[in-house]
Amino acid sequence: MGNLTLIQCRFSRTRSWLLLVGWLFALSAGFSQTQEVPVYPSFDALQPVFSSGADTTYVINFWATWCKPCVKELPYFEEAYESYQGQPVRIILVSLDFPNQIESRLLPFIREKGLRSDVVVLTDPDANAWIPRIAEEWSGAIPATLVVNGTNRVFREGDFESLADLREFIRSCNN
Amino acid sequence: MIRSLLMMILLVLGTISLQAGNDPGYKIGDQATDFKLKNVDGKLVSLADYKDAKGYIIIFTCNHCPFSIAYEDRIIELHRKFAPKGFPVIAINPNDPEVQPDDSFAAMQARASEKSFPFAYLMDEGQKIYPQYGATRTPHVFILDKNRVVQYIGAIDDNHSDPSAVKRRYVEDAVAALEAGREPEETFTRAVGCTIKAKK
Repeated sequence: MGNLTLIQCRFSRTRSWLLLVGWLFALSAGFSQTQEVPVYPSFDALQPVFSSGADTTYVINFWATWCKPCVKELPYFEEAYESYQGQPVRIILVSLDFPNQIESRLLPFIREKGLRSDVVVLTDPDANAWIPRIAEEWSGAIPATLVVNGTNRVFREGDFESLADLREFIRSCNN
Repeated sequence: MIRSLLMMILLVLGTISLQAGNDPGYKIGDQATDFKLKNVDGKLVSLADYKDAKGYIIIFTCNHCPFSIAYEDRIIELHRKFAPKGFPVIAINPNDPEVQPDDSFAAMQARASEKSFPFAYLMDEGQKIYPQYGATRTPHVFILDKNRVVQYIGAIDDNHSDPSAVKRRYVEDAVAALEAGREPEETFTRAVGCTIKAKK
């Protein structure tokens, strides 16, 4: 439970600025589809994204286009996105694609797959510093998923077998 | 007296098995197992074969994972720098090639020859070794001392995507400490990596 305090909205001027840089980067990448893809150069800048709504359940999935099991389970997150419409559940797909592959690989991938869940990119290289802030028990292998709602949290290192598996996992956060 | 002793033993045994069940894999201070695994040259390799070793840099890595690829040149450098000082790199591919065909033995041989790997690149055939070590991703480093006692577990350095922006060289620092007869300051770090591919 030590991680919970970390997942709280703490905007500072620097962080907002970094956030802006992220958005500008995504925009300048020429991405003009249904959603923008913010790029966060630091974990500090990303953290407020999944800690702002008090009654919201955040489903945060760490993935990359090159990660086979991640790509395999993406449809479950997309289906979950559809099925939780109108409910206070937000699905955020945090891409860990390499900085030099965002334009060449990630954006085309999002377009091709028509992803509708929110996608953000985290390029903070100092993983040893930010991994334990997501989950103390996470070794860093992806896929990995954190579900957090207020002080409740559940974390899984590894993939989901099915939509039912994912839904059950999301539900377990609020039990 | 005997009864309380028995109770004590039972309690201790119970705690040990609980710990083993909860958290598989080595921790700092555990003695690691030796192995006999096939190298890309077809020969079997064991830690015991390295007669003059003062320690071992064991890296679970593979062909296909972008993080492993990003670290390939740095792994070669580690071996070139530290093998002459008695700390060879021993790379082990932990993946099941049926799940990830890019990590087949033939693909390993091809990659090792393309990059002229100066270190042993072994196949964890049957996937018996990586679970004992507790490797969960590639790349995942275990540094052992002369007596095969685990002294460091974790990442190679603190920047996978840009070698020129690295600030902390965890593996180099740990080996340098062992070389100097000290314990490494940083003994456990994390990094993003690819899951180890196994049949479900």
